[in-house]
Amino acid sequence: MSASPLAQFLITRLIPLHIGRYDISFTNASLLMTIIVALITLLLVATTRRAALVPGRLQSVAELSYEFVAGMVRDTIGSEGEQYFPLVFSIFMFVLFANLLGLVPYSYTVTSQVVVTFALAIFVVGLATLVGLLRHRFHFFSFFFPPGAPILLAPILIPVEIISYLSRPVSLSLRLFANMMAGHTMMAVFAGFVVALGFFGFLPIVANAAMYALELVIAVLQAYVFAILTCLYLYDAIHLH
Amino acid sequence: MRSSSRSWSCSSLNDPGEARDPHALNAAMPQLDVSTYLPQLFWLAVTFFALYLLMKFVALPQVGAAIAARRGRIEEDLAAAASLKSEAQTALAAYEKSLAAARSEAQALIREGAERLAAEAAERHRELAQRLAEEAAAGEREIAAAKERALAEIGSLAPDLARTVVEKLTGSLLSAPGAAAE
Repeated sequence: MSASPLAQFLITRLIPLHIGRYDISFTNASLLMTIIVALITLLLVATTRRAALVPGRLQSVAELSYEFVAGMVRDTIGSEGEQYFPLVFSIFMFVLFANLLGLVPYSYTVTSQVVVTFALAIFVVGLATLVGLLRHRFHFFSFFFPPGAPILLAPILIPVEIISYLSRPVSLSLRLFANMMAGHTMMAVFAGFVVALGFFGFLPIVANAAMYALELVIAVLQAYVFAILTCLYLYDAIHLH
Repeated sequence: MRSSSRSWSCSSLNDPGEARDPHALNAAMPQLDVSTYLPQLFWLAVTFFALYLLMKFVALPQVGAAIAARRGRIEEDLAAAASLKSEAQTALAAYEKSLAAARSEAQALIREGAERLAAEAAERHRELAQRLAEEAAAGEREIAAAKERALAEIGSLAPDLARTVVEKLTGSLLSAPGAAAE
């Protein structure tokens, strides 16, 4: 392990792969993404293959996650949201497992890479925009001018609305990325103090234990925030205000 | 962060050995190493698409079916319980009805029996009273006859009795009133 607290975010090419001159190497991040997909699928499919009437622990987890996201989609988007349920569920579970698996020692946090969170955010906002355009055609652009506002304010309101709309993927991705990176960096920094402080090295260990608990909460919370914002953006696209 | 214009196909990173070796800038903030973006994005797209397909066509229908099966079973059980309850209530009502009928029948029987017994008792009482009255009347008649007989007998007994009384008082034998008068 490198001494730098940022070394944990390094991408390592495990299996170098190229298509033409494009680098698509199988990296440690790719490995974690594969594990994430495998674990989610295993959790959901293996526990409900022979579903018991009274569910066991893992089957309960699978069913709770299903009903949690289903309830979130139903409450936020409404009945039109049903077709987006598999997507929101995939996003929630992917981010949740990425965040949680990142907390396993010596593993890797996929969501601590800004390019990953930004890609997810662009995908979400782009999809919401597409849904809005397909549903409302040109009427979609009325989204940038709140109904009932005085027409004189249009030169101010419309740029503000457009900027806030364009900043959605930025805020959505940076929130997740910054939370993950900050937490993991802080834990690495504290861990670096352990040896340096000698006898008092137990203090950063205690701090890290507490921080680890906090990071667990943040991991779940950020996955929830990401999923519910996805729902909200889809709601905006479907209902326009 | 080395080359910005051709970032996703950064030629310097075609050699994986070199890439594994963190450069000074990369080590400062690995998230800004543009050369890692393409492999990350590629595998993110692949894995996320796979996850989406797995969820949409395999996992979510299965979990949903498990939940729906339980919900259906619970509703079935609740319906069965409700029908059993209404059956039990019907049975209870029938039982109470028959119980009330039996009770009223029993009371009717008791009343009838009591009336019959009372009538019988009254009849017997009346018969007894009549017979007693007859017997008393017969007795009174007998007594009256005996009295009359006795009174008639007293008339013939009186002279004998008078003589006996005088004899006892005087100590002499009186002759018969016929003889004395002689």
